[in-house]
Amino acid sequence: MNLSALKKIRIVISLSFFAAISLIFLDFRNLIPTKYISSVLFLQFVPSTLKFFVTFSAAALGFVIILFLTVLFGRVYCSAICPLGTLQDFIIFISRKLRIKKFFRFTKELKILRFSILAVAVLFIPLGGMFIVTLLDPYSNFGRILTDLVKPGVVAGNNLLSSAFEHFENYSLYPMEQTGMSVPTLVVPIIVLAVVIGLSIKKGRLYCNSICPVGALLGLVSKYSIFKIVIDDNNCSGCGKCELACKASCINKKTHEVDFSRCVGCMDCLATCPSEGVKYEYAYKKTKKAEKPETDFNKRDFLVSTSVYMLGFAGLLSGRNKALSGNTAQPITGKRTPVSPPGSKSISHFTANCTACHLCVSECPTKVLQPAYLEYGLLGIIQPHMEAKNAFCNYECNICGNVCPSGAILPLTLEEKKKTQIGVAKFNQNTCIVFTESTDCGACSEHCPTKAVNMVPYNGLFAPKVTEELCIGCGACEFACPTDPNKSIIVEGNAIHKTAKKNIQKKSVEAKQQKSSTPQEDFPF
Amino acid sequence: MDRREFIKKGIGATVLAGSTLGMLGSYEKIFAASGYFPSPYYDLVAVKGGEPDVMFNKGIESFGGMKKFVKKGQTVVIKPNIGWDTTPERAGNTNPLLVSQIIKHCFAAGAKEVYVFDHACDNWIKSYKNSGIERAVKDAGGKIVSGDSEKYYHEVNIPGGKKLKTAKVHELILSSNVFINVPILKHHSSSKLTVSMKNNMGIVWDRGEWHKNDLHQCIADFATYRKPDLNIVDAYYVLTKNGPKGVSENDVVKMKSLIISKDIVAADAAAAKLFGVNPDTINYIKIAADMKVGRKDLEKLSINRIKI
Repeated sequence: MNLSALKKIRIVISLSFFAAISLIFLDFRNLIPTKYISSVLFLQFVPSTLKFFVTFSAAALGFVIILFLTVLFGRVYCSAICPLGTLQDFIIFISRKLRIKKFFRFTKELKILRFSILAVAVLFIPLGGMFIVTLLDPYSNFGRILTDLVKPGVVAGNNLLSSAFEHFENYSLYPMEQTGMSVPTLVVPIIVLAVVIGLSIKKGRLYCNSICPVGALLGLVSKYSIFKIVIDDNNCSGCGKCELACKASCINKKTHEVDFSRCVGCMDCLATCPSEGVKYEYAYKKTKKAEKPETDFNKRDFLVSTSVYMLGFAGLLSGRNKALSGNTAQPITGKRTPVSPPGSKSISHFTANCTACHLCVSECPTKVLQPAYLEYGLLGIIQPHMEAKNAFCNYECNICGNVCPSGAILPLTLEEKKKTQIGVAKFNQNTCIVFTESTDCGACSEHCPTKAVNMVPYNGLFAPKVTEELCIGCGACEFACPTDPNKSIIVEGNAIHKTAKKNIQKKSVEAKQQKSSTPQEDFPF
Repeated sequence: MDRREFIKKGIGATVLAGSTLGMLGSYEKIFAASGYFPSPYYDLVAVKGGEPDVMFNKGIESFGGMKKFVKKGQTVVIKPNIGWDTTPERAGNTNPLLVSQIIKHCFAAGAKEVYVFDHACDNWIKSYKNSGIERAVKDAGGKIVSGDSEKYYHEVNIPGGKKLKTAKVHELILSSNVFINVPILKHHSSSKLTVSMKNNMGIVWDRGEWHKNDLHQCIADFATYRKPDLNIVDAYYVLTKNGPKGVSENDVVKMKSLIISKDIVAADAAAAKLFGVNPDTINYIKIAADMKVGRKDLEKLSINRIKI
């Protein structure tokens, strides 16, 4: 088999995933069906792992497939499926074209850094939740870069174009509101993007081999891969082209060794070798070379890797929710309990499973879902919350649960969603127009989809009254309330989501009579 | 022509068209009162017992057809209620069949372009779609336009307003030759009842200001600014409680009625009676009548009552 074809296959697969995932995040008109979204994101390692430990369903077994692939062929995930990996390959490709840096050299592994980050990220889960995973997970970082940095540009382009069209009285394109431009939203992805660009230009795929916890974890697995990239001494001419091509800097020309734990599976070396000196081989052949004095070293690695692994899974399974309910659930901003999206069950479930990829933020049609600042506490920064100041949750919508890849927001049927009480409206009559100005208003009740906020007679006017058991916490009333700077009706989050009563009202007797009376009856004027 | 200029000219044209129509209206009334032209010049037409499109055909016929309102080559803007993400049966939005029939009549009368928009309360894209109105407009050949961006709205003065002195109004209202208001008759938690005058809150951007500054007075004030050339009140499905959005189909009564009038106050007063409430109990109708925006003394108007 011609091994250089593997590189082409890798490129095709990686571009397909990259394009599909990018389209999903940049689809500002919500044209892509949610079914398609979940199948594209099925293989993303971190969200899939999290989702499995929430749902225990086969639909979340993507990460097992990735582990299996890694056992077979090494970290092909990192160059074919991970969108942040492909983004780095893009940057490297451009920097090579611009002759900023054309070649890479073998470097020593940053072993301590790499595995410390992994260990800290994993050990932090039972102690303090997803915070470090959230900051480092490549998929989530990619999602944030697209949603928070790229999408506003796409929307601005659309708005310019729609303006141009409108000059010719064509209204087929329409402008979209720009949202989500708050500081914390932007700081995290800007820093990550800057680091990724800088590292990939200077050091190739060093992010993947020093910072990325998924890269480190799969690196532990790939040490034992069944097929590995090796240099065949018989064919190798010693030209060193493979080392220069290797973006992971893991091929040592001098020793003819490939550090397969750091190999990101891009297959560039196979394509660049002029003499078939680089091979993809069964790694457990009984040759003299494989049984070198490395055994002790391998044993130690094995112990480290399995313990990290076990700890991680144990963390995911047990301590997490308990630890978190007393931790991130407490907002340090005081006063208000934040509102987590419908389907997230409770604030602790949500913050324990969300890695802030911002897919829900991107998909939310009303943009009520916004990255949090300190609403969930410091460790919940950039995890999405419901911000009812400028928008409210659409009653007929359940898209966030249908797209969430990590199980932080679980899917709800529309009927379930309409009964899920994520918070409760609290009315403050001290600032309400009806009480302060003695004029009618009723904007809150007008927008309420369940009529939990109703207008009742008061001094010849109508004043709002909240029936809490009917309220689902959508924030329509808060959004519509015209008082400023403080709204007179605000949604207080439910730390644990509840079920609201359904507002069932039968047809009134008059209504039935009215119906039967047409059209014989005369006009009332 | 830049945008500002376009709008200026648009306003000019609208004022001209409006005043011509206004004059025409007053002549018509003289003739109508003298019994010279008995049938075509009613103040108000009420229709009952048919499908929305059939009722509209009958109703507009008794005004002498749409050509009395839309001249050849004119642009028309239709403002239905598309405020909510609900289906037509829930009666939160104007009936799509009625909207489409109006568009067809406008084109038959020679309209150059028919635009439809609303400044929705729920997510506008979903409201446009699930109300059935987006589809209906496109199928009838009209243009559905967003009302969701502040850039479409331009500040205007309301010299006749007591509380409301300025408002930001959608540019299509400012630039179109003919403005047809197509509200749906509904119960409303803020204003008790919503019909034509209340429907006009959907052509302005900053309606929170109205809620803050005496809602009823603001509704009446705005009615002094730009009277629609025609008000067509959809009362096919009527939301009798839990308005303006409604909670379920149990809130809805099938009244199968339609009211058409050039007089926005008369249309609302008749709609109120149809709904079963005294127009005098609806503050903004009373205020608007007192401000001489229109007439609520239905007994003195010439009304054509059609039963199908």
